[in-house]
Formats: sequence, C-alpha cells, structure tokens
Amino acid sequence: MTPTPTPTPTPAPTQTTAPRQTALFAAHVARGAKLVDFGGWHMPLQYVGILAEHRAVREAAGIFDVSHMGEIDFRGPRALEAVQGVITNDATRLADGRALYTAVCYPDGGIVDDCIVYRRSAQDFRLVVNASNTAKDLAFFHEHAGQLCDIADRSEQWALIAVQGPDAPGIVAELGEASWLDLPSFAFASGMLAGVPVEAARTGYTGEDGFELFVPAHRSESVWNALLDAGTQPIGLGARDTLRLEARLCLYGHDIDETTTAFEAGLGWVVKLDKLDKTSFTGQEALAALKQQGRKRKLVGFRVEGRGIARPHAEILDADDRVVGQVTSGGPAPTAGGAVGMAYIPAHLAGPGDTIQIRQRGKVLTGRLVQGPFYKRDR
Amino acid sequence: MSDAVPSNLRYTRDHEWARGEDDGTVTIGITAHAVDQLGDITMLTLPEPGSKLETGESFGDVDSVKAVSELFAPLAGEVTSTNDQLDASPELVNAAPYGAGWLVTLRPTDRDSLSNLMDAIAYEKLLAETE
Repeated sequence: MTPTPTPTPTPAPTQTTAPRQTALFAAHVARGAKLVDFGGWHMPLQYVGILAEHRAVREAAGIFDVSHMGEIDFRGPRALEAVQGVITNDATRLADGRALYTAVCYPDGGIVDDCIVYRRSAQDFRLVVNASNTAKDLAFFHEHAGQLCDIADRSEQWALIAVQGPDAPGIVAELGEASWLDLPSFAFASGMLAGVPVEAARTGYTGEDGFELFVPAHRSESVWNALLDAGTQPIGLGARDTLRLEARLCLYGHDIDETTTAFEAGLGWVVKLDKLDKTSFTGQEALAALKQQGRKRKLVGFRVEGRGIARPHAEILDADDRVVGQVTSGGPAPTAGGAVGMAYIPAHLAGPGDTIQIRQRGKVLTGRLVQGPFYKRDR
Repeated sequence: MSDAVPSNLRYTRDHEWARGEDDGTVTIGITAHAVDQLGDITMLTLPEPGSKLETGESFGDVDSVKAVSELFAPLAGEVTSTNDQLDASPELVNAAPYGAGWLVTLRPTDRDSLSNLMDAIAYEKLLAETE
C-alpha cells in the first residue's frame, strides 16, 4: 500500500483487473477466511459461518474489515459549500466531530451513492462511500464541486474496522479512550488505540451499538489483533449482509441505485430541499418535482409467511398475476426469525399489514408488509 | 479439501451422493464439498414420498444463508422417504452431510443405474479439477 493521495480519479476496478486487497488481507487468510470478490475487492465472506458470526455481533462483539469502503476528503476554505452542493442532506448543522447520513443524487434525482459525511473541521470533511462506487463518486464530486475545494480519494491510506455488538463500546473504550463512551450516535473523536492513532466514530451498519475505526492502513493489523485479543470475533461480508437486512438498512446496488429515488426508498428524511444556508445541490430541482408528484412505488419491508425464503430479483405480482415489482434484498433473518426482505411495489399496494405475492422459480410466496426494522436492539 | 470422500458412495457432477441400501432403495444426499460451498444451510425443500423422478430432474432446493441451489435426481425412481429431521434442524446437513444430513431415499427404476454414477476415485478427481 502506497499512501499517496491522488488528486485524479483512480481507474474503476473492472472485471478484467485482479480484485484488490485491503491491508488486512493477510490476516484474513491466516485466519482461514473464505473469500469472495465484492465490488472489485477480495474480501472475507465468512470465517467460521455466517449464522455464528451474525449471532456473535447480536450477542457480544464482532469486528469487520470494511477498508474497501472509500474515503474521499473535501478540504479547503469552501469545503462546506462543496459538500453541500453534492449531498441531499444538510451539513450546515454539523459541528466538528459530528457526522450524518446522506444520499448523493444525479441531476435527474437518481441516486449516485449513499454515504456518511464526517465534519473534522470547518475546512475538512470526509465522505465515506461504497467501495464499488468510489471512482464513480470521485469523478462526480470533481465534476460538480471540484472548482470549490480540494477533493481527494484517500482510501489507500485508511483501513476501516467496524466493531459492533453490545460488548463493542466497552471493548473499544477499554483498548482506546474511555471518553469515547460518551460519544453519541454519529459523533466521532480521535485518540489512541493499541498504540495507534485512530478516529473512532459511533456509527455502523448492523443495528447494534458500536464504532467504526479509521486506522492508518499500515498500522491496521495491530488494531485488528488487539481487538481479537480482547475477545471480539472476526465477521465476514455474509453476516454483514444479514445484519444490515435485519436492521433494514439499504444496500447500494440492491435497494437503491441510479434508477431509484430517495423518496421511493424511504430516504426522504435525508433530502433537505431547503437547507439552512440556502445552498442548492445537484438533483435538487428534480427531487422537488418528484416530491410534488408523490411516489408511484415504494420500497417496503416484508416478512415471508410460512415456509420459504424470498431472494433478490423475485417478482412481485398483483391480484391479476402481473409483475408489478421486484425483491431487492431478501434472506433468512437469523435473530428475528423466519425470512425477510425488501421490495419495490406500487405505492397503492403498500399499506401496513397488507400482503404481497412473491414469485420466484415458479413458486409463489406470501409476504406480509412490516413497518420499521425487522430487528431492533434493546436500548 | 480436508474432508475425505467416502469410498462406499457414488457421486454426481452436481456434488450429490447416492448409496445403495440392502432393501433395494438408494439414499441421496449432498457432499461435503457442496456443503462447504453453500455455507450455513437454513432450509430444505424436498419432494413428497411417492413422487416419481427422472434422472437429472430437479427435485428440491437447498437454501443457504446466501443463496438457493437446486437438487437434481442422480437416478430415476420413486421417492420412498425424506429426512424429516431437516425441517427443524437443517444444520444437520452441514454437520453430517454423509450421515444424519441425508436428504431422501428412493426406489430406483433400474438399480443398475447406480453404477453409471462416479465412484469415489472419479469424484475426487473432479474435485481436484475444480479446485
């Protein structure tokens, strides 16, 4: 890994290039991880088994190497203005050390990516983006805000380790700074952990409490091993997916993409058409019009009734057996029980408690619509 | 693969195994290699006893956490029983693919058809090629 910030976009990983490896790759191989290609990266799918790893996060603490995610930094006197111009949420209300979740939209309102914006200082914002979108996002940011501040992909310099589960905050604070326990959700602070300078953010993608740790890539194995020694379990992308699905968190490329809008996806709360600082942003006009029109379809959550597991791409049928929608995420819910999923369906069919017919491979399953997450931790 | 391929079974390219029983039926399951590829198995959909299967016909599904895979009949015959324990404990297939995790038994239309399937040596060779 060469920690050289590059102001120009790095080429997007394609099928023809070998999958990239994170700084922790050797540690995963040494631990016997089963690997999978994901978004151009060679990543752990599982270490011992998806169900056991899922349970470890719900009941104790697990650690995830999510270093494949992109870190794109906006720096300069007009960094806030630049960020505001490309995100749908409103970063003016962020104080230093606070973060928010947002969408990034095309001029037509389709979703470029979803990401978390961290305000490190008034002139230094970090956007953490989906791995497979990093190059696309960087090009988009340069196009729409590149003249306002320095925008650089620093993904190579940073490892990102998520520590999630009921025991996670205690373990992270014990190894790191006790003061991190006072950080509320979506706050972050720097400090030392296992002798390594890190930034600890109270964020995650599992429905559990925990932290995501930004660690200098070349020191990441020290942090990873210290967390393992403290009793955490390593968790692969397999359980990351079942955990986020139970918590009903969207996954870019499945539940949201350039053909979906934030309103349809239930992410209208991150679209601030009237920002405090009155700035405009890419996609604003289209989103204002879409909001006016009302949504024709809606991303719903469902629980499969009886036996069966609905999978992505299964078809949603109306009363006349016409295909009117599609499952975007679906699988077993190890903690909540049964099988759950998300699907786009026509808005008029989306009443709470309604049922939908789901056809896959010649069979029809019934899904009952559920509001909110399938799993919610005790607070 | 660290798991040994049992020498007393016959195999298919779809990573299923078949074992001729003394009563003339054939027991069918999936191999340790299949289990390793699938990961945690969460649900099995198996045919009703009495169902008639043709060789190569899809006769059920294996759902793992990540995906669903089809089962294909290694030989033609009539299903005589299914493993009821798998409804409540699908993880038996992970734990003991050649034992308690068997899937169905069937009465073959032609018992000699078992010899058309790969023996352990041929199956090990197939595994070596797919590694």
